[in-house]
Amino acid sequence: MRPIIRQNPVPLALPDFRNLGTVLRILLAANALALAAAFVRDSRLTEVFDTFVAMAGPLELQLLAMLTLLYLLSPWLARQPYTTGACVIAALTVLTAIAVHLVIETVVPQPAGSLFRHVVLGLGTFGILLYYFRLRAKALSPAITEARLQALQARIRPHFLFNSINAVLSLVRAEPKQAEVALEDMADLFRVLMRDNRDLAPLADEVELCRQYLALEKLRLTDRLEVEWHLQSMPADALVPPLVLQPLLENAVYHGIEPSSSKGVVCVNIFLKGGEVHAIIRNPYRVDGGGHHSGNKMALGNVRERLALHFDAEASLESRVRGETYEVHIRLPYRTDKAAGPAAAPAKGAASTPSAAPRNGGERPAERRAARPTATPALRTPRTEASRG
Amino acid sequence: MADPALRILIVDDEAPARRRLRELLDDCTGALPLVVAGEAANGREAMELLSVMSVDLVLSDIHMPSMDGLELARHLLKLAHPPVLIFTTAFHEHALQAFEVNAIDYLVKPVRVQRLLGALQKVPRLKPITAAKLDELPASSRRFLSVTERSRVVLVPVEEIVYLKAELKYITIRTPQREFLLEESLTRLEEEFGARFVRVHRNCLVSRDAVRGFERRVGDEGDAHWEVLLKDVQETLPVSRRQQFIVRELGREQAA
Repeated sequence: MRPIIRQNPVPLALPDFRNLGTVLRILLAANALALAAAFVRDSRLTEVFDTFVAMAGPLELQLLAMLTLLYLLSPWLARQPYTTGACVIAALTVLTAIAVHLVIETVVPQPAGSLFRHVVLGLGTFGILLYYFRLRAKALSPAITEARLQALQARIRPHFLFNSINAVLSLVRAEPKQAEVALEDMADLFRVLMRDNRDLAPLADEVELCRQYLALEKLRLTDRLEVEWHLQSMPADALVPPLVLQPLLENAVYHGIEPSSSKGVVCVNIFLKGGEVHAIIRNPYRVDGGGHHSGNKMALGNVRERLALHFDAEASLESRVRGETYEVHIRLPYRTDKAAGPAAAPAKGAASTPSAAPRNGGERPAERRAARPTATPALRTPRTEASRG
Repeated sequence: MADPALRILIVDDEAPARRRLRELLDDCTGALPLVVAGEAANGREAMELLSVMSVDLVLSDIHMPSMDGLELARHLLKLAHPPVLIFTTAFHEHALQAFEVNAIDYLVKPVRVQRLLGALQKVPRLKPITAAKLDELPASSRRFLSVTERSRVVLVPVEEIVYLKAELKYITIRTPQREFLLEESLTRLEEEFGARFVRVHRNCLVSRDAVRGFERRVGDEGDAHWEVLLKDVQETLPVSRRQQFIVRELGREQAA
């Protein structure tokens, strides 16, 4: 369960070595260090280049070995205390340095420099990287991230709130039952908007929220708004940042439907492809002079930033105009509750709660399950309190 | 007041909002004789209704497709007996500030019945909003120009206009079909629609979309000048010496 008050300092945690962003950072940083070293050693540019090339051989070999080992050990490392993990990685660095040194000595006839120097350089790089990831974790520390996420999320348009209340009021006398449902939808929507939204939540919940939101908009806009859902191959159990889709739908309605008197279609297409969850939202593109577009960019930037905080380089958001259609495409990694592995969000402090059901039978049961199309959340069933309280 | 019931027109693009207002107005009938004369989903529909009926009060939303409330306010002024206009709005901080400053009446949605009744009771003493006040509001450019013809107001969609030409005290509006006479200043129109129209002559604005090309003509005295060729209209328009640069500018736009 989530603690109510969070005042924890930045937890000491190793990065997620299976995250593409982490891997890229390690590769870039290590090579940058080598280049810097070459610059320090030689004065002439051609020599610098030669030195770097000479260093690159053993360096890339060791990096490759280290990254492979770290990838394999990542789930285990995530469960260890920070110091243990760091020591293990340091030991691995020394071992791979020796191994690479030996390999090079046997393959290449001339001597590959001193073993001692090789080990020291390796450990130095390790230390700098460890420090870098520590700084990065601090920069993205929950305290800061949390404040930002909350601020980002609190931006539902007041325009929507008041118009919806007005729409519900219009139903109270004539259609009391419908008014009840609308108020329940609003309650659910605002409960999600106001709660602590740092943890990833199942995609099915987000989709349900979107349905409630669109039901409210439909109330106001009646026939002008039509929604098409394509969720046949949606992985309902995928974990996504809460409110990742709703603001985009709000945008679609605000920019695509409201400015016109005629009917418009908002199309939502969510599917699993190549281990990634894709969500595509389309709406009619209306060219109008109003200052609508700045607001649009803000909402897109908001979602993009949250995706980056949660998934780093493994998620993306793209938007484009295709003829008379405006399209937003989100791509994020397929993660589920059951998949073993380090915390999904590097930003979130890796001290994640162990998954509720520790049934780790085979390799990633979730992935196998996802192969068959998951049933979409059915029609608007009366909602029992959604999976979390 | 010996007046019979107050005649009211409701304008809002959201059907539930219109229904809500109607219900609230029903609640007011006990305190004040009134009748809802009609409902419209946007400013344009409202103007159409007002060409066949007259009302004392228009309750209009601000944000609407086709024609918003602020533009409706401008066209209402062209009516023989402009009704009083009270805006209804859900939330729009900036606009509301401008309303306060210019003492323009508005009701915030959801509207309370007491507030509504208070506003209705003031109506006989209220005067239509003046054009000067409307100018103070941060409005986007109009989508229609309104022209009075035989005591009726005709809306001309700005996107259909080929050119605007100042002649004596009127401006001629040319659409592919016909001409209209408008009483406004060409300079003001140029300010409002600068993105859409380009000045080719001291007295003439041409829609950029309507330009087909240019032609060099030599006059009787051997002085040459450019003429604008238009897409849907046979006439051509002279380009003044001072505005000659637009020949190249528009030529480049068309090439692109």
